[in-house]
Amino acid sequence: MMDDPRLPAAFLRPGTSSFSDFLAEHKPDLLPARKSLPAGANQAGADLAPHGTTIVAATFPGGLVMAGDRRATMGNVIAQRDIEKVFPADEYSVVGIAGTAGLAVEMVRLFQVELEHYEKIEGSVLSLDGKANRLSALIRANLGMAMQGLAVVPMFAGFDLDRGIGRIFGYDVTGGRHEERHFFTVGSGSMFARGAMKKLFRDDLSEQECVTLAIQALYDAADDDSATGGPDVTRRIFPVVHVVTADGGRVVPEQAVAEIADRVIGGRMRRPDGPVAPLTTGEDA
Amino acid sequence: MSMPFYVSPEQLMKDRADFARKGISRGRSLVAVQYADGVLFVTENPSQALHKVSEIYDRIAFAAVGRYNEFENLRIAGVRLADMRGYAYDRRDVTGRGLANAYAQTLGTIFSSGGEKPYEVEIFVAEIGDAAADDQVYRLTYEGRVADEHGYAVMGGDAETVTAYLQEHYSAGCSLEEALTVAVAALGHSASEDRVIPTSDLEVAVLDRTRTQPRKFARILPARLDTLLGDRGPGRHAAPIPEDGDPGTAASDPVTDAPDDPTDQVSGSVPPLEDPGSGEPPVAPPL
Repeated sequence: MMDDPRLPAAFLRPGTSSFSDFLAEHKPDLLPARKSLPAGANQAGADLAPHGTTIVAATFPGGLVMAGDRRATMGNVIAQRDIEKVFPADEYSVVGIAGTAGLAVEMVRLFQVELEHYEKIEGSVLSLDGKANRLSALIRANLGMAMQGLAVVPMFAGFDLDRGIGRIFGYDVTGGRHEERHFFTVGSGSMFARGAMKKLFRDDLSEQECVTLAIQALYDAADDDSATGGPDVTRRIFPVVHVVTADGGRVVPEQAVAEIADRVIGGRMRRPDGPVAPLTTGEDA
Repeated sequence: MSMPFYVSPEQLMKDRADFARKGISRGRSLVAVQYADGVLFVTENPSQALHKVSEIYDRIAFAAVGRYNEFENLRIAGVRLADMRGYAYDRRDVTGRGLANAYAQTLGTIFSSGGEKPYEVEIFVAEIGDAAADDQVYRLTYEGRVADEHGYAVMGGDAETVTAYLQEHYSAGCSLEEALTVAVAALGHSASEDRVIPTSDLEVAVLDRTRTQPRKFARILPARLDTLLGDRGPGRHAAPIPEDGDPGTAASDPVTDAPDDPTDQVSGSVPPLEDPGSGEPPVAPPL
């Protein structure tokens, strides 16, 4: 990659602590969003490139949970059954991706380096809003490709150490970001997952209950959206679930997710539509 | 017509080397010690913000003495190089040897080019492997020389005294507590006395292979240092770094603040970020 064993002058120049800005200046071809598609390729990419589907996130007192199904689709074909779509962004935040998987995974990699790079150069961690804004910029750089059918729509969530709460950020293809209260979903099955979360979410969930909520919501997404994968009981493939608290982020072990998923499936054997939300008007609560 | 003086290349190089060596030896010493679980760095640095030891990548750390602005530049370049290589290839493809090589080439070129002043810095690049036998500590000097160090290594300040102390007291494969105790004692040791350095004046960091995260670098803060070092008696801050009459440091009692003179020692109400003579951060006044 470097022909000269010496450090190039650009490396020694004081300046930006943003890795993507440095790449844009020094090695723009390494940026995922710098390629342009040939004219006339409109929307063709949508059926050629695998797409990731549904991501859900919800907060609970003291943290948050983000979970993603495991399916990637390519038109009507299932491209991959065990894709991972939720990644740690740094110690206190996670990012989940929906949209063109190849570009999205590359964007997440760039985002992870971006946060770590800032931390090392500046000696301090970016604020949660700062991280969310950096992700906006990366998505915006992909706008050209998004217009040609290769959109990446991530979701970002992290534990805000200053405020002591979990926070969730949603994005649109132009990089616009909006903070969500309580819960959020993205991807093709997101409306079904959101419907389920609306009825099941409460302010006082425990961590374990919040994980169950995410798995229930993904089940409902898979129930009604063909591109979202439900729990695969024959191959034992279950959603990837990340939990972030004041102690940092961690992946919920596969075994623990499998146990919850088995119980959810058990419940659905008796009532395929899932738990019943009480039919009250809310006035008597 | 004036004739330029002839300076032999030997003399030129020697002068440049003397200049760099002098700059480096003015600062305080920094020790790198290999212990059972990785590599430990200890230096006396009262500044909590201007670090001499830093993280470069997952398993690679950087430590430097000399002029702060120069080694800070090199550190940032190293972080950029490592992050870019890790992003373009894979995290495992970032190696300490590659980084040490890039630093060596850079320092070597600057040293032998007539146009630039040589960097007054000395650097350690350390990388840990899966076992103690795979750990590497590279020493890079101002003229771009690379050396592979084993066990312990010292640079800056009174390196000979500290090295002699370590030679006597260091044992391979020691625990973190033992390594820290011997390193701190070595830094406080001088021909005349053994000074107890207060933990608030110490900058300590480790590359620790037992950490579960992929990033193995960690700073050890004063609270934990107190626990690790135990009771050592009353601490004493180091004496301020002596001026050596170098013309650049304006040691001859300047009385007024000259804002346009970067080497002036008097500054109105704003203390300088670092001592312009030694490049050391200012020593905090004793409490």
